[in-house]
Amino acid sequence: MTVTEQTGPPSGGGREDTPLLDLLSGFIIELRQAGLPVSLTENLDAMEAVTHIPIEDRDAFKYALGSTLVKNHSHWRTFEVVFEVYFSMRGDEYTLDGVAEGEGPEGEPGPPGDGAPQGGGGAMSGLTPEQLAEMLMKALMNGDQAMLRALARQAVMRYAGMEPGRPVGGTYYLYRTLRNLDLDGVLEGLMDAARQEAPEDLTPLEERLERDEFSDRIEQLKQEIEAEIRRRLVADRGVEAMARTLRKPLPEDVDFMHASREEMADLKKAIHPLTRKLAVRLARKRRHGRKGPLDFRNTIRHSLSYGGVPAEPKFRFPRPAKPEIMVVADISGSVAAFARFTLHLVYAISGQFSKVRSFVFIDGLDEVTGFFEGVEDIGEAVHRVNTEADVVWVDGHSDYGHAFGVFWERFGRDVGPKTTVMILGDARNNYHASQSWILKEMQHKARKVYWLNPEPRAYWDTGDSIVGEYSTHCEGTFEVRNLRQLEAFVEKLV
Amino acid sequence: MDFRFEDVDGVRRSLADANYLADDGIAGIVYLADRLGKPILVEGPAGTGKTQLAQSVAEITGARLIRLQCYEGLDESKALYEWNYKKQLLRIQASGDDNDWSEIEDDLFSEEFLLTRPLLEAIRAEDRVLLLVDEVDRLEVETEALLLEILSEYQVSIPELGTVKATQVPLVFLTSNATRELSEALKRRCLYLYIDYPDLEREREIVMAKVPGVDANLADQVARIVRSIRQLDLKKSPSVSETLDWARTLVLLGIDKVDAQSATDTVNILLKYRTDIDKAVKEFADRPDDLVDDAT
Repeated sequence: MTVTEQTGPPSGGGREDTPLLDLLSGFIIELRQAGLPVSLTENLDAMEAVTHIPIEDRDAFKYALGSTLVKNHSHWRTFEVVFEVYFSMRGDEYTLDGVAEGEGPEGEPGPPGDGAPQGGGGAMSGLTPEQLAEMLMKALMNGDQAMLRALARQAVMRYAGMEPGRPVGGTYYLYRTLRNLDLDGVLEGLMDAARQEAPEDLTPLEERLERDEFSDRIEQLKQEIEAEIRRRLVADRGVEAMARTLRKPLPEDVDFMHASREEMADLKKAIHPLTRKLAVRLARKRRHGRKGPLDFRNTIRHSLSYGGVPAEPKFRFPRPAKPEIMVVADISGSVAAFARFTLHLVYAISGQFSKVRSFVFIDGLDEVTGFFEGVEDIGEAVHRVNTEADVVWVDGHSDYGHAFGVFWERFGRDVGPKTTVMILGDARNNYHASQSWILKEMQHKARKVYWLNPEPRAYWDTGDSIVGEYSTHCEGTFEVRNLRQLEAFVEKLV
Repeated sequence: MDFRFEDVDGVRRSLADANYLADDGIAGIVYLADRLGKPILVEGPAGTGKTQLAQSVAEITGARLIRLQCYEGLDESKALYEWNYKKQLLRIQASGDDNDWSEIEDDLFSEEFLLTRPLLEAIRAEDRVLLLVDEVDRLEVETEALLLEILSEYQVSIPELGTVKATQVPLVFLTSNATRELSEALKRRCLYLYIDYPDLEREREIVMAKVPGVDANLADQVARIVRSIRQLDLKKSPSVSETLDWARTLVLLGIDKVDAQSATDTVNILLKYRTDIDKAVKEFADRPDDLVDDAT
């Protein structure tokens, strides 16, 4: 097609094609390392795309690359970080020396606040910390983007205390900078100022809106600071090394047991669309293959109208078996997050099962099915499970043996040939008795018994883990460390 | 081949003239799609203006919009082409006995008896067209393959007729609500654009542009409140179209300053689930000091 022949673009990039292409291929390799599936065609598309967009227009450039390389929105964050690392030194207002002339980003002709910011970092270094704090306050109050960027740069120069070659992560510098800026105090200060400015008292609603607005701006400032630190680290250590240290797993690959708070928040966000997708897919699967087994009687009866020739086979209505699910989950500290996500997922697709009952335990065991009944918000119910269920018997350390004992005694008779039992836990029994005979009995009575273990397979049966002993009595034992594996398992279950 | 757009800024400006406020990403990708001759796959939450984007681009390029609404069970004969068999029958009957069969047969599978459906129509169009394949995630995975030939080669193969090639590369938009993962093959052929909820600035401008009679203060307040609501953990966050509905309602009711009371009274326009409404009302009424922890 004619478009492809158009190389040698009119603007940007072209004059230094080779370095840019090198940079780009390094960038794409890094994306693949980070887990993004970038195909060869996409790679070529990206190469072509950058010939049309000048690299100086950094936002457009970023989106151009993003649209050709990232085809899944949950991967965008990862892409952004890698992009920052690889291209942070490009573009005029991103030079390191701090004295950026022409200041404003996106072609704003200098910030309105004139005077002070025009000098950029150079002039600011003469300010006292108090003056700096005051300027920060003012910039936040007015939401002055360019000023905030300059201030972020100044703050990093001043407070982060970055030393070349020092082997600490960016978070350390970020922490040091933020501690000196005292942003919580700044937020309060801003709120006070807003209250004074208002002609009358702020209503709760207004107050809340103001606060959201300021929090948002402070969040922007934090991001500026983070970006600034990253830029400096890249300058210090080089692109590849930096990209390696910043590499983070994609949300679906985050390990349940070792997720940081931030990753947890991401996971929580990811689980909702995931359940929706899963539900749609399962419902669709069920609708497929609409025909049941041959209905012999009906076929013969209809054959009469063809003179006894069974010309029109009749089928029964399909009644795909809906399993009855019993979830028995360990919710002690180490595996609580895992149990939470699994419960969430199972209940989100509970329409696919004829009945779902759930039990949680640490060393005691409690039925929590009631928490989920008639509740619209599954997250809320899961939260209640964690806070209200009566699961401690002696000391609050996992005791699988005792928990299974209680389960068998109280609910054992409800386990029938239609029941699928899912046991969630790491089987770290703190050297209590295993009582694995219960699982054996259970396996006899139940349709299937599955064990889901959030620990990596290599750790199984080390220390006090006795998953091996239990798994001899289960139809399957699965390693479920992240959302991807959890999704795959649940789909198999239905 | 001539391009439709001069530069990224030009796209943004003309979209703004058509009352569609694009951010950097949107304008850049539309521009790129034109330059690379590639389809755009637009994904994002419902009600963020995915379909509207395609309509606006059609408007500014002066192209005819051809829309294919996808649904489960859509097949070739609805999407691509179909033989007009009634007319074919008539043709056979009309010819009587005197004609040669092979002649009739040739005649039967000529363009005269072809019913074009949206995809073929877009390919064969002589004038400028823009093809919008709406809610492509509703197609089954197998049917998705229908689109592949068109998206990469801009051609349709009809066994009886041969291959129909596009005379000009049409702009193609595919929208998806991401109810399922689209196939790799489809994604690979497209530029990917995710339209999220707009930021405060843009939302305010959208309200200003789309709601007649709204003043700047109210628009600002509406945008801020909606942003705060989106930060809550809701089943369904308010979409842009719901924001607009809300702003219109406020204008109609003659409210020029939203307070907790009026917000509570009208919040059912923004939110459609009982639990969500309860949550929002609670947030409106509470002292903000208690909320700092949830908000941050």
